[in-house]
Amino acid sequence: MKSTRPQSFLWLTLLIIVAIALIPILIDSASLREDLFLTLMLVILASSINIIMGYTGYVSFGHIVFFGLGGYFAFFLMLNYQVHFVLAALASGVGASVFAFLLGIPVLRLRGAYFALATIGINEAVRSFVTNFEPFGGAVGMFFNYAVYDAYGGARNALWFAYYAIVVVALVTVTASFLIKKSKFGLGLMAIREDQDTAQVLGIDPTRYKVLAYACSAFFPALAGAIFFFKNGIIEPGPAFALLRSIEGLVMVMLGGYGTVTGPIVGAVVYERLRAFLITNPNFSSLHLFIAGLLLLVIVLFATAGVVGWLRQRVPLLRRYLE
Amino acid sequence: MILAVQNISKRFGGLLALNRVSLSVQEGEILGIIGPNGAGKTTLFNVINGVYPPQNGQVTFRGENITGLPPFAIAQRGIARAHQIVRPLSELSVKENVTVGACFGREHLALGAAARVVDEVLEFVGMADKRDMLASKLNVAQKKRLEMARALASRPLLILLDEVLAGLNPHEVTDMLGLIRKIREQGVTVIIIEHLMHAVMNLSDRVVVLDYGAKIAEGTPQVVSNDPKVIEAYLGDPKAALRLLERST
Repeated sequence: MKSTRPQSFLWLTLLIIVAIALIPILIDSASLREDLFLTLMLVILASSINIIMGYTGYVSFGHIVFFGLGGYFAFFLMLNYQVHFVLAALASGVGASVFAFLLGIPVLRLRGAYFALATIGINEAVRSFVTNFEPFGGAVGMFFNYAVYDAYGGARNALWFAYYAIVVVALVTVTASFLIKKSKFGLGLMAIREDQDTAQVLGIDPTRYKVLAYACSAFFPALAGAIFFFKNGIIEPGPAFALLRSIEGLVMVMLGGYGTVTGPIVGAVVYERLRAFLITNPNFSSLHLFIAGLLLLVIVLFATAGVVGWLRQRVPLLRRYLE
Repeated sequence: MILAVQNISKRFGGLLALNRVSLSVQEGEILGIIGPNGAGKTTLFNVINGVYPPQNGQVTFRGENITGLPPFAIAQRGIARAHQIVRPLSELSVKENVTVGACFGREHLALGAAARVVDEVLEFVGMADKRDMLASKLNVAQKKRLEMARALASRPLLILLDEVLAGLNPHEVTDMLGLIRKIREQGVTVIIIEHLMHAVMNLSDRVVVLDYGAKIAEGTPQVVSNDPKVIEAYLGDPKAALRLLERST
């Protein structure tokens, strides 16, 4: 009985995502589709950051680097080798994970603020590298000829195709986030988050666990990047490695509740809705980042557990159901 | 012989924390380690379970040289430890804390199998009713029990207990002593660092005395407590010396 509860919780979460994702398909609304595309992309980004930050306790400020790299890898494969989008996206995910794995071995030795700073450095270094890397188009970037979309039934259908892809990746990401949290692997990560030295005395190899967590958390943003830039038809270093996106991702995780499965989802949805409201409201349009910063400050000062964490603390009954 | 420590030295800058210490532990015994504050007792534990590599000397566990192995590798071979300063994984529940021990210790259990061990161990240390509490919400005595439970859940062959009685009231001390005896009855070898003389003297089969990083005496509690060198070492701490003298008469 006890073990079926978390499972049913996962199914419920997935069901809600599917139900919402179906709406633009049923009413054939392109604008709603674009809104949801962005929201789901942020859900993927926030849930991934949560794996390394919420479960393992390592704040990855520059996590957007995997989103950008995923986009570039996939774009490169599609453009130069006519690889099918799905294959290119999967390859970019694997590529980003391998990159994170190799990078994690030295960088995850750093603790606390030093790791956070290092991840910013990585993002900036990769951005500079790509800006000067001619096979990736250098500072100009790369762009598709419209003919590329013919393989997916034309540009209009390709947009829908990208949407289905992001829905699937979002569902897979949430499932993976849940399974990791409920696994022995996840328990090891959380032990490292609480006290790495104690975890080590209890038999956990911290380096191995952290590097694997980092590789997992790099996989899904890379897929999201591949889909996003496929849909865009153009990729440039600036938007691909936008540090601001990274920081917004952290705000979402903190807002929803770090270390929980639903936290990053709630955080991404609330943050995106808020941003959309502020940006379209003439009084606030230039203030949305100010308000985002203020929000982060309030969470860090008064509600470190975030929305979901706060609910779990306040309503003990929810602890059994809400992960 | 389950554990052999040979000629271990450990230096921190100008301080020689351990000076050519050797000792051996038989399977199934309880070995007490005593000594004034700063004698190097906890450092010795840190060397045995891999937290510090020694400058020289060798630690052999069940015939295998484990000197310089990282702590997790030593834990997986069956040496568990309860810390002097309790280190609960604060934001995890009691059950999760103990599950970490069971999952990553000597038997490397899967979550399902670990759950049974965890129930058993929590029952054993008398914390079954606290299983869903956050570790940070426990009081000191409970946190010490949690340290023990976590160590036991790894199904160790050797357990290192670092002042598990410190800070407990007399009633809690009696409970804890009973628990340690029960651990030994299960066939686990115990090394215990303790300041509470009557407890360590009652419990131990053998006692090793450290002072300024060196071993100054070894033997049965009776022999050690009558050793003039031991009494001298404790004179810097008159109360402890008095207590020792009381025991020997």
